Amino acid sequence: MLEILHMNVNGKDVEIPVEPGESLVDTLRNRLHLTSVKKGCEVGECGACTVLIDGEAVDSCLYLSTWAEGKRILTVEGLKAPNGELSRIQQAFVDEAAVQCGFCTPGLILSAVEIVGTGKKYSREELRKLISGHLCRCTGYENILNAMERIVEETYKVAGHE
Amino acid sequence: MYDISKCYQAKDAADAVRALMEDETAIVISGGTDVLIQVREGKLAGASLISVHGLPELTGIRMDEDGTLVIGAAETFSHITNHPLIQTYAPVLGEAVDTVGGPQIRNMGTIGGNVCNGVTSADSASTLMTFDAVLELFGPEGVRLVPVRDFYLSAKKTVRRQNEILLSVQIPKSEYEGYTGKYIKYGKRNAMEIATLGCAVRVKLSPDHTALEDLRIGFGVAGPVPMRCTETEAAAKGRKLDESLINEIGKGVLAEVHPRSSWRATKEFRLQLVEELVKRAFREAVEKGGGSFDA
Repeated sequence: MLEILHMNVNGKDVEIPVEPGESLVDTLRNRLHLTSVKKGCEVGECGACTVLIDGEAVDSCLYLSTWAEGKRILTVEGLKAPNGELSRIQQAFVDEAAVQCGFCTPGLILSAVEIVGTGKKYSREELRKLISGHLCRCTGYENILNAMERIVEETYKVAGHE
Repeated sequence: MYDISKCYQAKDAADAVRALMEDETAIVISGGTDVLIQVREGKLAGASLISVHGLPELTGIRMDEDGTLVIGAAETFSHITNHPLIQTYAPVLGEAVDTVGGPQIRNMGTIGGNVCNGVTSADSASTLMTFDAVLELFGPEGVRLVPVRDFYLSAKKTVRRQNEILLSVQIPKSEYEGYTGKYIKYGKRNAMEIATLGCAVRVKLSPDHTALEDLRIGFGVAGPVPMRCTETEAAAKGRKLDESLINEIGKGVLAEVHPRSSWRATKEFRLQLVEELVKRAFREAVEKGGGSFDA
């Protein structure tokens, strides 16, 4: 039996039918066609399906869509500026060549949004822990950490606090 | 799509209990990071779920008038770690739950689910044992308080009845005031790992920081359920801090634990971890409390 779900996705209120056992990754990909959200392991190990729910990074594969009622969801599609330009976080990933096959990238970028949003400065070791819920099977972690460091640094200079 | 027969989102705690009474096959789901994986694995395929996800009655961290720390059962690990009350009064609990899974899992998984799962490897459980935490269960007959030390029966079996839900985890003031602690998780990886062994040690030092006033030792995966080492604790109480005490504690706990071999590690390796981790955790807990072993 379908239920009607109300949520805000990338700044837009949506009202869509979902099935009881539907996971948020399926709703976002199949019903809303937000295919930046990748489906990897489906058991919360790889982080490819990471989205922000009310500002917190979660694995959308382990999240029942019905729980999203009234919540704010952010996917990479929601980062694009009105003029189509990349966000500073996305640009940092481009500049540091932190993208290889690209499958883990959308999830990592959303974790970066959460991390950068704290306005805190993090050591490389702390950043390692903060991205430990993502697997990059191209093993491009060094460049990913470089991108993270760059954007954390840039943000801290503008709006930082301890 | 998950293979479940239904998922009912409870409106409040009473509604959850009512729904559980109506359907005796139903199981409780909160953060979902264990239950949904078991559905995916097929172990809980076709399950009927009653969701207490995010219920206001089960969320929030507060301090009661008598100083009791009350942690809502549906509070996520990351909220617990980042909460000022936990950071001030029970930092070791915040550190312990910060070792669960990875960052996204810690934004989803809850302390109540961690405890109610009944598994010995739960990162919160050994620390909660050292706090003598009290669990507030709510069922058809109302609320009952169960000490966490009486909660576990055997692997994956707890005293929680099918139609009861956990409302909160409570830590009395006498259990946190004046203590310092350390939790060490041993796993093959630094993240996304289930503990091969978990060890929590909390100490209360004498006012001059030279003797041990109280000691609490909790283990996960050192037996079928999370456990305390009360004999070693009793033998060490009142003792002067020195290197020989560390070694005695290390040897003492070996007589109390009963780990087994599993695909993660052998019994022999776990025994080595038990001895080594308790020594390290004890040393750090003492040093955090301003004590030293130099004398």
